[in-house]
Amino acid sequence: MKGNSRLFRVFGVVSISLASLAAVSTTSGASSSGTIAKGQPVLIGASLSLTGDFSGDGQAFQQGYNLWAADQNKNGGLLGHKIELKILNDTSTPTQVVTNYQALISSDHVNLTFGPFSSLLTLPAARAVSRYGYAMVEGAGGAPSVFQAGLHNVFDAALPVANGLVPFAQWLASLPASQRPKTIAYVTSTDPFTEPQIPVAEKIIKAAGIKTVYYKTFPAEATDYTPIADAVAAANAQVVILGSVDVPTVSAFMQAFEQAHYNPKAFIATAGPDQGKTFVNAVGAGNANGVMVPNAWFGGSSNPESKTMVAEYIKKYGGTAADVNADVAEAYAVGQVITAAVKATGGFDNTKIITYLHSGVTIQSVLGAVKFNSLGENNQPTAYTFQWQGAKFVEVNPTTDPGATKILFPKPAWKN
Amino acid sequence: MNGTAVLHSIIDGVLTGSVYALMATGLTLIFGVMNIINVAQGIFVILGAYLSYALSVHLGIDLFVGLAITIPTLFVVGVVVERLFLTRIKGPERVVMSILVTYAVSLVIEGVLNMVFSTNYVELHAWYVDRSVKVFGIYLPYIYLLGFAMAVVLLTALYVMLYRTRFGSSVRASLADQTSAALVGINVKRVSTVCFGLGVAVTAAGGMIYGATNAFNASSSYDLISRLLVIIVLGGMGSIGGALVAGIMMVTIEDLVSVVWGPVWSNLAFFLILVVVLSLRPQGLFGKQTVRVA
Repeated sequence: MKGNSRLFRVFGVVSISLASLAAVSTTSGASSSGTIAKGQPVLIGASLSLTGDFSGDGQAFQQGYNLWAADQNKNGGLLGHKIELKILNDTSTPTQVVTNYQALISSDHVNLTFGPFSSLLTLPAARAVSRYGYAMVEGAGGAPSVFQAGLHNVFDAALPVANGLVPFAQWLASLPASQRPKTIAYVTSTDPFTEPQIPVAEKIIKAAGIKTVYYKTFPAEATDYTPIADAVAAANAQVVILGSVDVPTVSAFMQAFEQAHYNPKAFIATAGPDQGKTFVNAVGAGNANGVMVPNAWFGGSSNPESKTMVAEYIKKYGGTAADVNADVAEAYAVGQVITAAVKATGGFDNTKIITYLHSGVTIQSVLGAVKFNSLGENNQPTAYTFQWQGAKFVEVNPTTDPGATKILFPKPAWKN
Repeated sequence: MNGTAVLHSIIDGVLTGSVYALMATGLTLIFGVMNIINVAQGIFVILGAYLSYALSVHLGIDLFVGLAITIPTLFVVGVVVERLFLTRIKGPERVVMSILVTYAVSLVIEGVLNMVFSTNYVELHAWYVDRSVKVFGIYLPYIYLLGFAMAVVLLTALYVMLYRTRFGSSVRASLADQTSAALVGINVKRVSTVCFGLGVAVTAAGGMIYGATNAFNASSSYDLISRLLVIIVLGGMGSIGGALVAGIMMVTIEDLVSVVWGPVWSNLAFFLILVVVLSLRPQGLFGKQTVRVA
């Protein structure tokens, strides 16, 4: 019922939306000339999902943006201007995110914009922002649909999502025939983040002779996953690839699998297991063991910039490196891209920033090197696979990577 | 797809649907007696789930035993909310105003829960949550069986209270016509307060089962309230029996369609049925055709 709940939330905030739209209609045509008076702060606007379905990710993004702004301000801000962030809550709804960016540009006259969370929200947000000529650097809108929209202003600092499962698929295909699973099940939410990942992986896995015994999509609005999970369990595949966007989806499937006494040899979910303690608390530490997730970053990354950011995160928010959500790093990287672009262009002119980011320049970030192609995709990051091994969240793939730990395969039995 | 899968989906639907029916019963009872659409019902469910979580994690109290604490607690919360905010709503705009007021209550509780528990998802754990029993080749999760049994017990208790007690007569009289009930000496205000408390109290039980079968945070309330509203609209606003039938019907249809045609059609099929039913019976399956005057 998430779709309904979104409608419901839209209903709930309709008065706010109308007020904001009214403000937009009277002040549209905000400029992004790029000059800020001396002593004035640079105002950066973003819409994040601080409540609603993506609230966990949205709040992690907020931490990342705040961390970057604090670090940058310690070093004199941007071109001597102190950074001020204006973050609005989009309640995880595509309609509210558009309203928010319109308000940020037209009413608040922000100088720059940072992206929201999720491909679902990034596409409408980038469309809205492009009408004002603003650049939108983002860290969580890597779905093909975002880049196929013909927008010139969107830049995703993170890994393009379509390739997320490639290392896992290649690893499966590379297993000796005697160890290689014979069957696989694909089940995915109808979401722009999850759906594009499956066909890419399936092509590789199918070529390796692994038979698809189940392939279904389920609506992103689903709340009762039991019959779907039961059907996957009944197919009795040796491997399950789950296209999920959050912890509750993965948790529900895992619970149903355990109740059905079904334990696949390998289980990977596109998102959810990367949420650190949140994931473990939801599914139980014993059950997390052996579960995999694709991503381009983790708290134990050896990238020096990443190490610095993780140390600062722990200092500010506590916890350990394993507790740092990848969203934090993706958000931080957005700030780093903007830092580089502002420095290189010598100002805050969005047109110049867009041209600069399309110039093929390589920017160093906590995610590693960032270089945008003509569509705004970052084609530099390496896709990794991570796995929960006991209480540790470790990199296991590509297996040739020096930092990779041996994959726990077959996955241990459910244990709660 | 085979016969076992179909049977499994129907059983799952009935077991899960009964818990939704229990939560929706509270919502429809409140509407029936008070003419109030309590859109805070979703957040009350989540509050119930968080109370169970706190008792389980911090005091080690079993989820079902904890209901002895959470149900009375939510009853008191319901009474307080009704006394503080809802008694002041009067006049012809009562229904619309009740939506706004209870939405505001919902936002406040959501904010408090976010501050106390953060937005990180949590889930309730107990030995029976992840285990199941095999019956005629079908694995039936203990938590769904226990949830179903609990829903039956609570709904039976509610039925007995409504049809076998003097207070129940007062409630039914208020359900039928508040003005007439008041004229024959029924304290409609007291009945309303107690009914709101009861309507909220049942969310403690529903919330516990919801929290044991779903990872949740405060925002999960939006998914719940939209689902609960659909149930009471289909069953008929104010009809307790309707909520029971519609709750089970909704989940069973979704589960069945998911198995027979595929998950992507499950919601669509249910809403198609909802549209057809409402086209033929705008008052819902068991709703009254008359329009209540506040």
